[in-house]
Amino acid sequence: MKAFAELLDGLVYTPGREAKLRRLTAYFRDTPDPDRGYALAALTGNLSLKTAKPAMIRQLVAERVDPILFGWSYDYVGDLAETCALIWPTVAEPAQTPRLARVIEDLQAAHRAEVPGLIARWLDSLDAGPRYALLKLVTGGLRVGVSAGLAKTALARLGAVPPEEIEEVWHALAPPYEALFAYAEGRGPRPDTTEKLTFRAPMLAHPIDEDEFAALDPADFRAEWKWDGIRVQLVLRGHEVRMFSRTGEDVGPAFPDLLETLHGEATLDGELLVGEALSPSGFADLQQRLNRKTVDRALMQRYPAFMRVYDILFEGSEDLRPLPFDARRERLAAWIGRTALPRLDLSPLIAFSSWDDLVDHRLSSGASAAEGLMLKRRDSPYVAGRPKGLWYKWKRDPHLVDAVLMYAQRGHGKRSSFYSDFTFGVWADDDALVPVGKAYFGFTDAELVELDKWVRNNTVNRFGPVREVRAGLVLEIAFEGLARSNRHKSGVAMRFPRISRIRWDKPPAEADRLEALSRLLPP
Amino acid sequence: MSQPAPADWIKVTPVGLHVVPADLHVDPVRPVARAAITHGHGDHARPGHDAVLATAETLAIMKARFADDSGRQPQAARYGEPIRLGEVEVTFMPAGHVLGSAQILFEYRGSRVVVSGDYKRRRDPTCPPFEPVACDVFITEATFGLPVFRHPDDRDEIAKLLAARDREPERAILVGAYALGKCQRVIALLREAGHDAPIYLHGAQEALCRLYESFGVALGPLRSATEATKAELAGAIVLAPPGATADRWMRRLPDPVTAVASGWMRIRQRAKQRGVELPLVISDHADWDELLQTVEDVNAPEVWVTHGREEALIHAVTLTGRRARALALVGFDEEGQ
Repeated sequence: MKAFAELLDGLVYTPGREAKLRRLTAYFRDTPDPDRGYALAALTGNLSLKTAKPAMIRQLVAERVDPILFGWSYDYVGDLAETCALIWPTVAEPAQTPRLARVIEDLQAAHRAEVPGLIARWLDSLDAGPRYALLKLVTGGLRVGVSAGLAKTALARLGAVPPEEIEEVWHALAPPYEALFAYAEGRGPRPDTTEKLTFRAPMLAHPIDEDEFAALDPADFRAEWKWDGIRVQLVLRGHEVRMFSRTGEDVGPAFPDLLETLHGEATLDGELLVGEALSPSGFADLQQRLNRKTVDRALMQRYPAFMRVYDILFEGSEDLRPLPFDARRERLAAWIGRTALPRLDLSPLIAFSSWDDLVDHRLSSGASAAEGLMLKRRDSPYVAGRPKGLWYKWKRDPHLVDAVLMYAQRGHGKRSSFYSDFTFGVWADDDALVPVGKAYFGFTDAELVELDKWVRNNTVNRFGPVREVRAGLVLEIAFEGLARSNRHKSGVAMRFPRISRIRWDKPPAEADRLEALSRLLPP
Repeated sequence: MSQPAPADWIKVTPVGLHVVPADLHVDPVRPVARAAITHGHGDHARPGHDAVLATAETLAIMKARFADDSGRQPQAARYGEPIRLGEVEVTFMPAGHVLGSAQILFEYRGSRVVVSGDYKRRRDPTCPPFEPVACDVFITEATFGLPVFRHPDDRDEIAKLLAARDREPERAILVGAYALGKCQRVIALLREAGHDAPIYLHGAQEALCRLYESFGVALGPLRSATEATKAELAGAIVLAPPGATADRWMRRLPDPVTAVASGWMRIRQRAKQRGVELPLVISDHADWDELLQTVEDVNAPEVWVTHGREEALIHAVTLTGRRARALALVGFDEEGQ
C-alpha cells in the first residue's frame, strides 16, 4: 500500500507528462505482481470493487473522533478522504500493513456487511499517506490525471514492446495483468487475443477547418454521414456477441433486441442508433435507452436499436486493418450482403466530385440523424488512435439562439467564488421567460468575472447558492440539437448547450421566442 | 496571603501580554520600555525596545536582523536561571522551536504562569529540547491546533527529499524553508542522513547559518547558490526562503524540483495551490498530539491559547476537565505564510 500511495502522491504533485511517465515506469518496474497489475487497473479505471460510500467512511470516523473536532477539521481540509486519513487515530499495536493486492482481493471476496470492518482494520494499520490512498481507492475517486494511454506508454518502457502492441492486447486481458507484464518485460509470449471477444482500439478522426480543404484533393477521399448516435464496436464469434463503446466498455447488455439478431465472424465499427425500420429517430430517443439498470420492454419496442456499420476490422480471424479503406469497404459491403442481418445496415457513401458539392450535403446533413460529415482517405488503413491526415470530421455548425439569463449558481472548486452556472430562457406566449437550458462554459475567465459582477448587481432573489436575476442580459447559446422533454416546463431540452457570445448590446425583448425554438424539434 | 489570580497580574493589551508587577511585555508588537522575547522570528522579536530580556542566541539573532535598533539594553537570560524583576521571578526554559527559543516562566507571590512562545516536542539537532514546567496557567500557541495535523517523522521526510534527488540527478531541488530555524534544521537533518555534499543557499539564508555555526551548530559545507554555475547545481539541494521559490531568482537553477518544508504541507490542497512538487511535512511547531501532550505534561489547571486554531484546542482541553480560553493577541503569523 505504501508504494502505491507514494506513486499516487508522485502523480498528483508532479507536473508534466514525462515526469509522470518516469514515476509510473519506475513503479511498474519495482513493484511485484500482482500489486502492480491492480495499481494499473485502479489508475486506468478498470477495477471493479465494492466501493464504500462516503457516508460509511464518515460513520467509521465518527466512532473514533469527537464530532466537533471532526467538523472543524473537515471544514478546514475540504476533502473527506483526506480529512479521514489525517484524523484517523493511531492504534497502539497496528496489524501488519496490507499489500495493495490483498486489499483488492479481500474487498472482492467480502460480503457487503464485512466491508466497514475490513476498511477500519486497514486504516488502523496504515500511516496517513497510505490511508489516503486506501480511502480514495475504496471510494472510487483516484483522479490522479493518468490516462490509459499514459499507463500503456509506461508499460511499453518496461522493455521492447511498442505501445501499439500493448494497446492491441490490452483489452483482451484483465487485472492483475500478469501476462501483460510478462510480455512487456520480455519474459512471456504475446498474449493470445484471437480466441477472445476482444475490443480493438478504434480509429478516430480530426475535426477539419474550412481552410484545410485547399490542401486536400477531393479525389483522395470518401464521404459518409456522421451519424448522431453512439460509436460502437461489434465483435461476433458465431452466436457470441459483444458490443463495446469507443472506450471499450461493454454496452451490449442494454440492447438485447439488437444483440439477439446478430451472429457471424467479424469485428465491425459503426454507429448505434434507434428507430423504426432502420430509420434513425434522433439522439434524444437513443438517450432513453442508455444508462438503464434494467431493460424496459416498452422502450425497446418504442425505440428499437440497430447498428449502421461503416468499417470492418476483422473477418473471421483475418485482420483487415492494414487494408486500404476502399478494400475494407468492399469486404464490408459483401459481408453485410451475405449475412443479411435484419438490424445491421451499411452506412452509405455520399457521391461528390468537389468540396463545394459537399457543402450542401453538410448543411442538410441527412435531416436530423446526422450531425455532419466524415471524410476518410480512400487509402487509409485502420489505425488505432487519432492518426493525422487520414480521417476528418466536418460537423454541421451548431444551432444558435438568443436567450435571456434567468438564474445563476455558484460553481465548484476554483469557480466556487463565482456565479458560473447559468440558466437561461426564451419568451413564451404569455410574454414570460421560460427556462430552456443551463450552460457552464463557453466563456473566458475574463468574461466570467464580468458575468459574475453582472449577476451580483442584478440579483432580485436568492435561493441558497442560486440567484435569480432581472431579465436584463442576452446570451447567445450554441447547441447541437433539441429534443422534446416532459421534465422541462418549456417542453424542450437542449443538447450540449454553451454560451457562444454574451450579447451585452442586445435588448432582452429582442431575444428569441419559444415558438421559434420549437421549430427545430424533430417532427 | 493567598495566591493572586493569574488574570489579575498578567493582562492582554494591544501591545501584547503585559506582566503588570514587573512592567514587562512578552513579544510586544510595538516598542516598549521592557520586553521579554521568546525567540527570534519576526512576529515575536521586533526592533526598538529599551530593555530586552532574551537568551544570548535570540539577542544575537535580533542584533543580526535589526543592527543598532535591536534594543538599547539587552540582557541575556540563561536557560533555567531565574532573574528577579521586582516581585516577579523570570526563568527562561528551552522551547525546542529554533536556536535560542524559550518558554518564559513568571512566578509572582506563589502563582506560576508559563508563556510558551512557539514550541515543538520533537528532537531538533539545532536547539535544546522543550522542557515541561509545572504551572498554574500554561499559555500556549495553537498553530497546528486541529487533529488533522500530525507531523510525520522528519527522517522520513528527509528520505523523500534524498530519494527525489536520486531519481532525477540532473535537476536541482529547491527547498523553500524559513531562513531562521527551518533552514538550519533541514541542513542538520540532511547531514544526519549522511548527505555530506555542499548545500547551496539563497543569500537571505547565509547570515543566519553562519550565526548558528558561531553557536556551535555544525552545518557542513555550505555554498552560495547565487555564485554557483548551473552545472554545479544539478543534483544539488538548494535552500531559499519560501517566497523565493516562485521568484525570478530560481531561473538560475537547472529545472528545479520545488519543495517546501512546512507543517502546512500536510494538506494536499495547500501544497497543490502553491505548485509544490515535493511537499515536506517538517514543522517547528507542536502538532495536535504534542499540544495535548504538553498540556498534560505541564499539568496546568488552566490553559490560555494565543494564536492559531484556538477553538479546537480549547474544546479538546476542556474535554480533559481543564479550563481553557482564547487570548485575542494580535500580530502573529502562521508559519511560512
